[in-house]
Amino acid sequence: MASGALRLSNHLSRALGRGQGTVAGGRVGLALDPGLLGELAAGRRMALVSGTNGKTTTTALLAAAVSGECGPVASNTTGANMPAGHVSALAEAPEAQLAVLEVDEGYLEQLIIETRPRVVVLLNLSRDQLDRISEVRMLAEGWRRALAPSGGAGGSLELPMVVANADDPLVVHAARTAPEVRWVGAGQVWRLDAVGCPACGDQISYASDGTWGCDRCDLARPQPDVWFEEETVVTASGERLPCHLLLPGRFNRANAVVAAVAAVELAETSLEEALGRIERVEQVAGRFSTARRPGGTVRLVLAKNPAGWTAVLDLLDESRSAPAPVVLAVNSRMADGLDTSWLWDVAFERLVDRAAVVTGDRRLDLAVRLRYAGVEHVVVDDPLSALDRGIELALHRSLDRDDGGAPAQPGRALSSPVDCIANSTAFAELRSRL
Amino acid sequence: MSVPRTGPALTIAVVYPDLLGTYGDGGNGTVLVKRAAWRGFEVDLVDAVSDRPLPKADLYCLGGGEDGPQVRAAESLRSDGTLAREVASGAVVLAVCAGYQLLGRTFPDGRGRPCPGLGLLDVTTRKGRDRRAVGEVVATCDRSEPGRYHSLPLPTLTGFENHSGLTTVGRGACPLARVVVGVGNGDDERTEGAWAGRVIGSYLHGPLLARNPVLADLLLSWALGRVDGGTVELDPLDDAPEGALREERLSAAEPSFGTRPLTWGARRFLPGFRQI
Repeated sequence: MASGALRLSNHLSRALGRGQGTVAGGRVGLALDPGLLGELAAGRRMALVSGTNGKTTTTALLAAAVSGECGPVASNTTGANMPAGHVSALAEAPEAQLAVLEVDEGYLEQLIIETRPRVVVLLNLSRDQLDRISEVRMLAEGWRRALAPSGGAGGSLELPMVVANADDPLVVHAARTAPEVRWVGAGQVWRLDAVGCPACGDQISYASDGTWGCDRCDLARPQPDVWFEEETVVTASGERLPCHLLLPGRFNRANAVVAAVAAVELAETSLEEALGRIERVEQVAGRFSTARRPGGTVRLVLAKNPAGWTAVLDLLDESRSAPAPVVLAVNSRMADGLDTSWLWDVAFERLVDRAAVVTGDRRLDLAVRLRYAGVEHVVVDDPLSALDRGIELALHRSLDRDDGGAPAQPGRALSSPVDCIANSTAFAELRSRL
Repeated sequence: MSVPRTGPALTIAVVYPDLLGTYGDGGNGTVLVKRAAWRGFEVDLVDAVSDRPLPKADLYCLGGGEDGPQVRAAESLRSDGTLAREVASGAVVLAVCAGYQLLGRTFPDGRGRPCPGLGLLDVTTRKGRDRRAVGEVVATCDRSEPGRYHSLPLPTLTGFENHSGLTTVGRGACPLARVVVGVGNGDDERTEGAWAGRVIGSYLHGPLLARNPVLADLLLSWALGRVDGGTVELDPLDDAPEGALREERLSAAEPSFGTRPLTWGARRFLPGFRQI
C-alpha cells in the first residue's frame, strides 16, 4: 500500500511539474510505512555508494557496469540520496534484482542497517557543508560502527563486502573493522582533513610514493587490491587492463576503478567487462555536459567543496590548451551549505593566468576571494549572461594570441568550450536554463 | 606612511592549519598578508603546523577545528609555550571559534568535559544546552560602559557562526561586540567574542577579516606598531568589493534574525539596530 501511494505521489509530483518526482513520493511512502526501505530492499542484491565526492558519478558507473547482468537496475540517478529518494528509486523499479544506491554520508549507517547491502562503496571523506553535515571524524565513526561485525551490519547473516579507497585515512579507519574489504588505490589529493589520525589523534605522515601511516598507532595505507596508473587498471595479481574513459579527469578514473571493483562483487561480472561498460559512459547527471551559446560553447563542471574544487583545478591544468577564462558560480542554499568560508580553502591563486567571471548568489564572496588571490575578474549577476561574458572574454583572448593583439573579428567562434565551474544549486540552475 | 620601508619584516603565523583549519579561517592570514603587502610592507606568512615548534611571530591567527584536534592544539600550544611568551611581549592574536575557546580558561571537549585552555583571554566556555548555533551573525561594536564594555573602533561585524559553545566573558576581558542577529557567545547579554590587550577572540567565520576589513587593518596596525615600536597609521585601501559584500551580507542576515526570532516591534527597540 505504502509503495503504491509512493508511486502515485511521484507521478503526481511529475505531472504537476513540481519536481523530478523522486522525493515527494518517498516522503509519502515513509510516512505511511517507516519500515518501507527494508521491505523494498529485501530480496535484492544491493550496493550502497557513499563519500564526500564522486558518489553520483560512481553510482552511475556502477549501475552501467552491472546493467545487462541480471535485468534492470534500480538506482537513484537524480542524486536524491536520502531515504525518501532511496525508497522512491526502489519502488519505481519493483522488478529490478539489482539496486545501486547513492547514499548521503550522514545516512549511510542507517541505510546499511535497514537494507542489508551486499556491497558498500566508500570513496572519500572531506569537509563539506559544515553547517548541515557533521564534521568528517563523526561521519567516519558512524561508518565504522555500521560496518563492524558487532555493529549495524553484524546482525545479518551475510556481511557486506566493502570496496574502499585505500588512499583516504578516514575511509580506511572506517572500513578496516569490516571482515571483507577490497582496497582500491583511488587517490585522495585533499589531505587537510586527515592530517590527524582518525583512530588515535596523532599525526599521519604521507610519503612521496603515496603511502601513509600514523606516527603512533597501526593505522596505515593497506596494500591495494586494484589501482590505476595513468590509463591502465592494475590488480595485485598482476593483471593490467587498459581504461580509456570518455569522462575527463583523474578523479573520474578513480571513480571508474572503484565502480568496476564493486561491479565484480555485486554482479559476478569480470573486471574487464565492467570497465568496458564504464568506458562508454559519456556523462553523468549533466556533469561535463556542453551547451551551445551564441559565439561558442560552455562546459558545465560541478564542484561542491574544497576537495572537489581542487580536483577541478587539477583538471583545468591537465588540459593542454592555453589558459582560458573560466566562469565560477557559487550559491549557498540548503543543498550547497550556507557558509562560504570554504572558498578560502581553495587555491584560486591557481587561476591567476586566466580571467574569471563570477556569478551565483555568492558572487560577491567570490569577488572578494579572487581579489585576494590576485585573479582578474568581473561580476555578472545573471548566470546565463555570465556564461556569455566568459565566451566573450575567451574569444578576445584567443584572438589576442593568434593575431598579436589585432582587434576581434566578428563571426569567429571559439575552438574549445569555456568551463563553468559551479556548486550544487548553481549547477542545477544553469543546467535547467541551458 | 606610503613609502615602502625596508625595516623588519612583519611575520604573520597561521597557527596549526592542520588542526584548526576546518572552517576556512586560514583566509584571515591571506587577508592580512595582502593588505599589508598592498601598502608596501614586507610580510612573511607562516603556516605553523602542529608537529613543529611554533615560530615567533608578530601576529597569530587561530581558526576553527573539530573537537579532538582542538584539544590537541591546546595541549601542543601549552607545552610549546611560544604563544604565551609572544603575547606577553606584545604579539597580536586573532582567534576564531575553536581557537577562541582554547585561548580561554576552560573549554569543553567532544563529550562536554572541561579542558584547560591557555588562559590568554579571560573567557570560559561550556557546552551549550540548546542546539548548535549555525547561521549568519550581525554584531555591533558601539557600546562603552565603564568597567564592563569598552568597544574597539569597529563598524558592525558580519560573519557566520557554527558552534555549540556557551562562552562567558570574565572581568579581565571585554566583549568584542553585541549580537543583533545570531547567537555569538550565547550569554544573557547577547555578547559576541572578547578582547583584551592585543588578543581578540570571535565566533565568526566568513572568514571574519574578509568580511570586516577594518578589523584586519586594526590588527595590522597593532602588529606593525609592535615591529616599529610605535603606532602605525595605515593608508586607506579601495575596499569597494568588501563594501559590496558587507552590504549584501548584512541585509541577507537581517530578515531571518538568527535563531532567536524577534518580532518587528521588538527589533525597533533593540539599540544599535539602525546603525547596521
